[in-house]
Amino acid sequence: MNWLSWLSDFFGSPDRRSGPDSILNRIAEHLALSAEALFYASLLAIPLGLLIGYTGRGVTVVTAMAGATRALPTLGLVTLAVLLAGVGDTAVLLPLVALAAPPLLVAAVEGVRDTDPDVRDAARGVGMTHRQVLLGVCLPSALPALLAGLRTATVQVIATATVAAYVGLGGLGRYVIDGLATRDYAVTVGGALLVVLLAVAAQLFFALLARYALPPGVRAQRRSD
Amino acid sequence: MDDEPLVRWYWIGDHLGYLGDLTADHAVIALVPVLIGLLLALPLGLVCARFPRLYQPLAAVFNVVYALPSLAVFVVLIPYTGLATRATVMVPLTFYALAVLLPTTVDGLRAVPEPVRQAATAMGYGPWHRLAAVELPASVPYLVAGLRVAAVSSISLASVGALVGRGGLGYLFIDGFQRTFPTPIVAGIALIAVLALATDVVLVTARRLLAPWAVREKAVTR
Repeated sequence: MNWLSWLSDFFGSPDRRSGPDSILNRIAEHLALSAEALFYASLLAIPLGLLIGYTGRGVTVVTAMAGATRALPTLGLVTLAVLLAGVGDTAVLLPLVALAAPPLLVAAVEGVRDTDPDVRDAARGVGMTHRQVLLGVCLPSALPALLAGLRTATVQVIATATVAAYVGLGGLGRYVIDGLATRDYAVTVGGALLVVLLAVAAQLFFALLARYALPPGVRAQRRSD
Repeated sequence: MDDEPLVRWYWIGDHLGYLGDLTADHAVIALVPVLIGLLLALPLGLVCARFPRLYQPLAAVFNVVYALPSLAVFVVLIPYTGLATRATVMVPLTFYALAVLLPTTVDGLRAVPEPVRQAATAMGYGPWHRLAAVELPASVPYLVAGLRVAAVSSISLASVGALVGRGGLGYLFIDGFQRTFPTPIVAGIALIAVLALATDVVLVTARRLLAPWAVREKAVTR
């Protein structure tokens, strides 16, 4: 296989250095779209998950629903949303939020429920209100789980945002889709490689975050996801 | 799109056979990789449960594998497996399934309480006999939990294969999009959901038969 020549074709082309089809611009588009989707998903899923985890109400329903959303095919949602709402960020954001919300929701619920019950009781015993216990005790101890959920969601969103290019939006998927359309495999493979690199970089970023950015009290427990 | 209804039922009625064929193709493309993944995960999981040192690097590798964008991997495989072939889509799906199933297998095998293990040894079970009669049955709930996630994800992911020419029901999305005709897209989403649900029911039933004592499964956070 002429991989090397493909990659040198792709990365060597002047189009990749400046202009709308430059690598930097496409990465920026990709990250902006992913970040927006993750922001809305977090806003929606994390508070809800914390509440559900704390009250213990509706846990089964939420877990079942989170499982069910896994079955939703993103490509189908994106194409349908574009036909219904026209080409635009909304059409792609909706499916991406639907993809990112379940892992965040499950992580928040499980994180709060895994809080040491003795610690929770002690917090109530020294006179903290429910709100103080949730925000001051359960939330910090749920942080590792939340971070793991955010990592899963981020990686999935970055990978899936590639599909956005199929309906005419930007991002790294442009290379993949345009290359397939024009049978220019150098562009397709180069774009695919960039998406892979971006996803791996996101993984690394969260691994470092989990190691260095968590409060020392919850950092010690090694979690396997 | 202004006066086009969401679903034109007559189209679905006219294309029942075609939809059936696509669903069958989709089931093969999505579920055979999960089965192969399970057959690979069992021996690998056994080795990993026995040698934890090996498990750490393997788990790290599969963590990365799971993060690989499906469309990108399909594309990268085209030069080797060809455009619009089943293999292009099924090879990556096998690895995704394995990435989900390996950790659940190892967790399951490790979930046997130490006293139970020692009791089995005391009753004269050798390591292989104990594996077959104690550890493997005890890990069934974990395996089923992993299989449920792997199967549903695989069914949903397989449709992306349509972009490289072979994605079963995913073809309906492309067809509907190119003709600005939402009916096939809705039909495709619905059929994928039905296929996922049917698979899930089969798996849960299998767990009830194989491990009737299992009450609550562990949530798989993927």
